[in-house]
Amino acid sequence: MKGLPPVLITAIVLVAGFALCAVQFPNIASTRVVGNLLTDNAFLGIVATGMTFVVISGGIDLSVGSVIGFTTVFVALAIERWGMPPLVAFVAILALSAAFGAAMGAVIHVFDLPPFIVTLAGMFLARGASFLLSTESVPITAPIYSTVSDFALRLPGGGRLTAVAIIMLAIVIGGALLLQLTRFGANVYALGGSRATASLMGVAVGRMTVKIYMLSSLLAGIAGIVFSFYTSAGYSLSAVGVELDTIAAVVIGGTLLTGGQGSAIGTFLGVLIQGMIQTYINFDGTLSSWWTKIATGVLLFAFIALQQGLVALARRPVAKRAGAVS
Amino acid sequence: MENSLDPAASLLEVRGISKSFGAVRALQEVDFTLRAGEIHALLGENGAGKSTLIKVVTGVFPRDAGIVRLGGEEVAPRSAKAALQAGIATVYQEVNLLPNLSVAQNLFLDRQPMRFGIVREGEMRRRAKTLLADFGLDIDVSAPLGNYSVAIQHVTAIARAVDLSARVLILDEPTASLDRHEVEILFRIMRQLAKRGIGIVFVSHFLDQVYEISDRITVLRNGRLVDERETASLSRLELIRMMLGRELAETTSARASAGAQTTREVCASFEGYGKAGYVAPFNLELRHGEVVGLAGLLGSGRTETARLVFGAERADRGQARVEGAPVRLQSPRDGVRHGFGYCPEERKTDGIVAELTVRENIVLALQAKRGLHRPLSRREQDEIASRYVKMLDIRPPDPERPVGLLSGGNQQKVLLARWLATSPRLLVLDEPTRGIDVGAHAEIIRLIRELCDDGLALLVISSELDEIVTYSDRVVVLRDRAHVEELAGEAIDVGSILAAIAADGASVAHEGRA
Ligand SMILES: Nc1ncnc2c1ncn2[C@@H]1O[C@H](COP(=O)(O)OP(=O)(O)OP(=O)(O)O)[C@@H](O)[C@H]1O
Ligand SMILES: [Mg+2]
Repeated sequence: MKGLPPVLITAIVLVAGFALCAVQFPNIASTRVVGNLLTDNAFLGIVATGMTFVVISGGIDLSVGSVIGFTTVFVALAIERWGMPPLVAFVAILALSAAFGAAMGAVIHVFDLPPFIVTLAGMFLARGASFLLSTESVPITAPIYSTVSDFALRLPGGGRLTAVAIIMLAIVIGGALLLQLTRFGANVYALGGSRATASLMGVAVGRMTVKIYMLSSLLAGIAGIVFSFYTSAGYSLSAVGVELDTIAAVVIGGTLLTGGQGSAIGTFLGVLIQGMIQTYINFDGTLSSWWTKIATGVLLFAFIALQQGLVALARRPVAKRAGAVS
Repeated sequence: MENSLDPAASLLEVRGISKSFGAVRALQEVDFTLRAGEIHALLGENGAGKSTLIKVVTGVFPRDAGIVRLGGEEVAPRSAKAALQAGIATVYQEVNLLPNLSVAQNLFLDRQPMRFGIVREGEMRRRAKTLLADFGLDIDVSAPLGNYSVAIQHVTAIARAVDLSARVLILDEPTASLDRHEVEILFRIMRQLAKRGIGIVFVSHFLDQVYEISDRITVLRNGRLVDERETASLSRLELIRMMLGRELAETTSARASAGAQTTREVCASFEGYGKAGYVAPFNLELRHGEVVGLAGLLGSGRTETARLVFGAERADRGQARVEGAPVRLQSPRDGVRHGFGYCPEERKTDGIVAELTVRENIVLALQAKRGLHRPLSRREQDEIASRYVKMLDIRPPDPERPVGLLSGGNQQKVLLARWLATSPRLLVLDEPTRGIDVGAHAEIIRLIRELCDDGLALLVISSELDEIVTYSDRVVVLRDRAHVEELAGEAIDVGSILAAIAADGASVAHEGRA
């Protein structure tokens, strides 16, 4: 259930890719570059951790990109126009996004609707709401923003581990522990195995579904705040399509899209791989940044093929499988 | 939760329960009483409403009418979890647990030993090991449950329910995929639990087991209560009459007459056929008009042999021939192409498409055999479906009903119909009567004989030796994944099969990883 082999493969791809990059551009292998990579991808790492829970439980959450966008706009307006203290604004938006996720989870469970549809509606809803708040980019000038942006742990070799990177690492580790060590985590895997069976075994499936989507949206909210730190602005068009990058990271990290298997650490490695490709392209300087997407696409294909292979292999020795036709 | 040890005290009282699914009245004013410390068999034909009653009592389905009292207090659980909290632990008929979780997680899901909000993995594994040791299983509990055989998965499900130490334990066909040995262990544990004052509800189609273990019997027919009786004072014939509402037609062994003609044509033969680490090389001849039975313990290689014969598994040595011509069987498709049919043991995972209707499920294999460019007309489909619905007495007799809504035994019949519809030359049946009621059981055995008389070659796996003896012309006995003996004609009886299975006695070991 820990999905170790796929994670190992992701780790190998990451290390090998990084080594290749380092051969071409020796500067890449520095704490400075790695530190930046973590900072640049902090919001992605956070939201992908939430997505991991959702995907392992057999669902999907397409609304996360929009929730990030909404969060940045809400935070910017709350602080700059409505005069809220930043911390109050953060608490308010986190409560709001958690409630949003809980509502999606409840709808999925109560009306027995596919998560794809419900969260697709959530995606339009959240994006629409952020346009309603403001269509233009709202710069944030609150002092806390510069304080947080300036804060960083110095790494040997001149790198900086920024506050947002630290938040992301904490969330990844927290997510991994929650998934592997707690009852909640075990139930997430159980839901991914089979909702019906989990329910017959006494798992409170409805409550779990609500909690899982709540967690995903809550982390999307945190990712939104982190994103606003990163850009010092709120913009309704920010983070468009991030849900897809997130799902890509989850899959590259070895989580089965059909649910039941996967890990938070794998997802983190998936995020790093995407960041690494981006970094490589930046270093090269001549390549279009769209190559990131192409490389991600190729990797996705490779990983999905690999997982299918592994699944087939895992089934082989089970001598009890289908003999039915077609 | 205190246990009352007063034997006459009724622990679980079900009064006037009704439940309809649309137009189907699955339960009508059913009463059921379970005493503390008794083992109570709940019996009835396929589709009688046993599983539905269990699901209504445990809150999986909402009830239309009636009340349930547990220890005198009215309860109305609204989910399996709530029923569990009220003190009713259940192994549902279709439960196979969660194959993606470890065995230990399956046993302790939602009730893991915790410290500071963290699951104590080590402790959980230790407890899982002890728990399974009671059932005679010594396996790696941290491996995914899906790595193990159906029997082990089933034992795990039962062990989980037993360990919930509820006041009421409900087991819906727990023994369907178990071996004699495991059944004995289960019965021993059930008796221990009953002695502690736990009330146990036991559903089974194996009447021997019912007489062996149960104190009282409640019979349902067509969703209604027929009667509640003491097991000791109820004769088997009377019980069967209560279940079926009629006499059971006599099944006579047709073997003796068929045995006369010995020179039947060979339909398929396998020479030195086998696969390393799967089944040791064997020789097997399957003739037209002949039933070959495969006997042996669970994990002895019966299903494995069947899969090799059908092509579901690739052999790495030996030669297969069909009607004398050498063939290669590399995939189920090859098997189908040569006119083989295979009705697997695990209908839930291996065959039935729950969302499709009875008709669509029945024509599935036939359509695949004909190829997609030659679709069966709707009229042909209807005709085939209604013929088999009638022949196998599938209930309710509605070809347009999604198979998932049929009772367990009726689903099994649909699967059988699917392969019969392809009119194969060789049909492999893995446990064809599992989960099928006494009435239909006799029907299926008669059907097997009839098919044979029409020239079909049959290879049948069954754990019920009486059954194998009734219809087989030859019996191949397997042990430790090798064919060890072949019995024919007069030599076939339960005693000699048992002797062959147990020769060099020691190894009644368990099937480990399948
Ligand atoms: N979810 C459902 N929807 C509609 N009809 C159902 C559903 N479940 C069961 N039924 C119908 O209710 C009746 C009783 O089925 P049930 O599963 O209780 O039978 P059973 O006694 O357990 O039989 P078996 O021995 O085959 O398991 C059947 O006619 C079945 O088709
Ligand atoms: Mg049933």
